[in-house]
Amino acid sequence: MTSTDAPAQVPLVDYLVLGDDPHLLAYECASCGARYFDRRNACAACFDTEFTRVRIPSEGVVRTFTIVAYAAPGIPVPFVSAVVDCDGTSVRGNLINVEADPDHVRLGMKVRLATYSLGTDDNGTEAIGFGFEPVES
Amino acid sequence: MSASDEIWILGINMTKFGKHPDLDVVDLGAEAIMGALADAGMTMRDVGILAAGNLMGGGGIGQQLQKQVGQTGIPVFNVSNACATGATALRTAIMAVKAGEVDVGLAVGVEKLAGAGLLGGGGKSKSDENVWEPKGRYGAVAPTDGRIGTDTMPGVFAQVGMEYLNDHTYGGEPFELFAKISQKNHSHSTLNPLAAYTKEMSLEQIMGDIMIAYPNTRPMCSANCDGAAAAVVVNGEKLKTLSLEQQRRAVKVSASVLTTDPWQEACQILPDVNTLTRNAAKQAYEQAGVGPDDLDLVELHDCFATAELVHYDNLMLCEEGGAVDFFESGAPWRDGRLPVNVSGGLQSKGHPISATGIANIWEVCQHVRGEGGPRQIEGAKVGLAHVIGLGSACGIHVLEKSAA
Ligand SMILES: [Zn+2]
Repeated sequence: MTSTDAPAQVPLVDYLVLGDDPHLLAYECASCGARYFDRRNACAACFDTEFTRVRIPSEGVVRTFTIVAYAAPGIPVPFVSAVVDCDGTSVRGNLINVEADPDHVRLGMKVRLATYSLGTDDNGTEAIGFGFEPVES
Repeated sequence: MSASDEIWILGINMTKFGKHPDLDVVDLGAEAIMGALADAGMTMRDVGILAAGNLMGGGGIGQQLQKQVGQTGIPVFNVSNACATGATALRTAIMAVKAGEVDVGLAVGVEKLAGAGLLGGGGKSKSDENVWEPKGRYGAVAPTDGRIGTDTMPGVFAQVGMEYLNDHTYGGEPFELFAKISQKNHSHSTLNPLAAYTKEMSLEQIMGDIMIAYPNTRPMCSANCDGAAAAVVVNGEKLKTLSLEQQRRAVKVSASVLTTDPWQEACQILPDVNTLTRNAAKQAYEQAGVGPDDLDLVELHDCFATAELVHYDNLMLCEEGGAVDFFESGAPWRDGRLPVNVSGGLQSKGHPISATGIANIWEVCQHVRGEGGPRQIEGAKVGLAHVIGLGSACGIHVLEKSAA
């Protein structure tokens, strides 16, 4: 067993792939192409039962957002919740690395996937979350 | 259509919405049932089926209510369909009457919500042991609500409204637009003594109130409160055997529809409250043989100011994409072309979840019966009541004045 200086990392959710090129994965229906972030017994759109894993494009545009001021305990507020259109696949996530106010967040803004640390547990494992940050134009 | 296929609301009642610290959920439901039976001129002896809705209680509300108002051994259906629970109870009673199994059905919805905080969301925090451990369907090491978007209702519905503005390239100021919708409903409820809130609110007050989830401030969110509503339905054959006065006051249910959302690309990312509403509206207009232009008033599910806007379009009260113009024309104000939520809506009348789907119908019945008092929409003959339960379920009923 080799020891490394970098702490072990675990993604916030299993559809976030970490490493040098962090990205999201979906289950894609082999028949109609519908995409899901969790497992399905059959496609909700066409009932086919074959799925493949596909990579979601990491850039997209903000289709809608809200700035949440009251949230569950432990969630820093305000934060921006958004739906991002990643080249035809809708993805849910927070907007990060941006001021959480209506002057800095707008419909149609270009964003890209970004990761951040959620902290380290007692075993030294670091959890990594994702969000979308503005792409400077 | 033969008389046995026709469905009529014979009696209907809603309690005062608001805080009822001295009444429990059974007291409230029983009050609505007794009121609806009295309005119908019937007793529990006449009723063949009870459909009952309640979400926040311990379950079995129908049987608890029977013990309070009359146990006759009839079948009880306890139903649960989020905010569409009341409409689902009514739909269940209507299906039983329509199927010919019973002549008289009773539906009730009741909720105790006063003082309830933010609904939806509320993920569990990490356990005491500080170890990231993947759990659940997404293998999440921490609650996703708030970390991957929001599950809170004000935030979800804020996104629903903002999505509409994005899809229709709105160039104005979203916050003010949605606040004005709320201003309308808070103004309407000043004429409704059963509303939880009856105070007029200025645009400045609404926009200056506590921000919950941009662009929804507190008065732009549905008001958590206590309340109940109940309705007695009969078929046309039964109605013919009743008094002329009962026939005159009976309200025809010319459409009763319940839908869920068909698959849409983004519907599992952000709930799609649009497609199932539009589908329900199409079915309802076809069943009733009326169109949006025939409506004299609409009670729609304005659980948030941002939701009301999209349903103008979904219910086809305006041309597709024209919801902002429809609102800005003044049409949905009570003196406008097509009054929407003259009760004050969920934002001001209040939203005791399971009661809402019958209370909306009660409001429309008041007007088509000509019993709306100071808020009567003059000459109202046809109205539509709409509810959405997130997840989703959509109930639409079209109500018409009796010809008797
Ligand atoms: Zn498919």
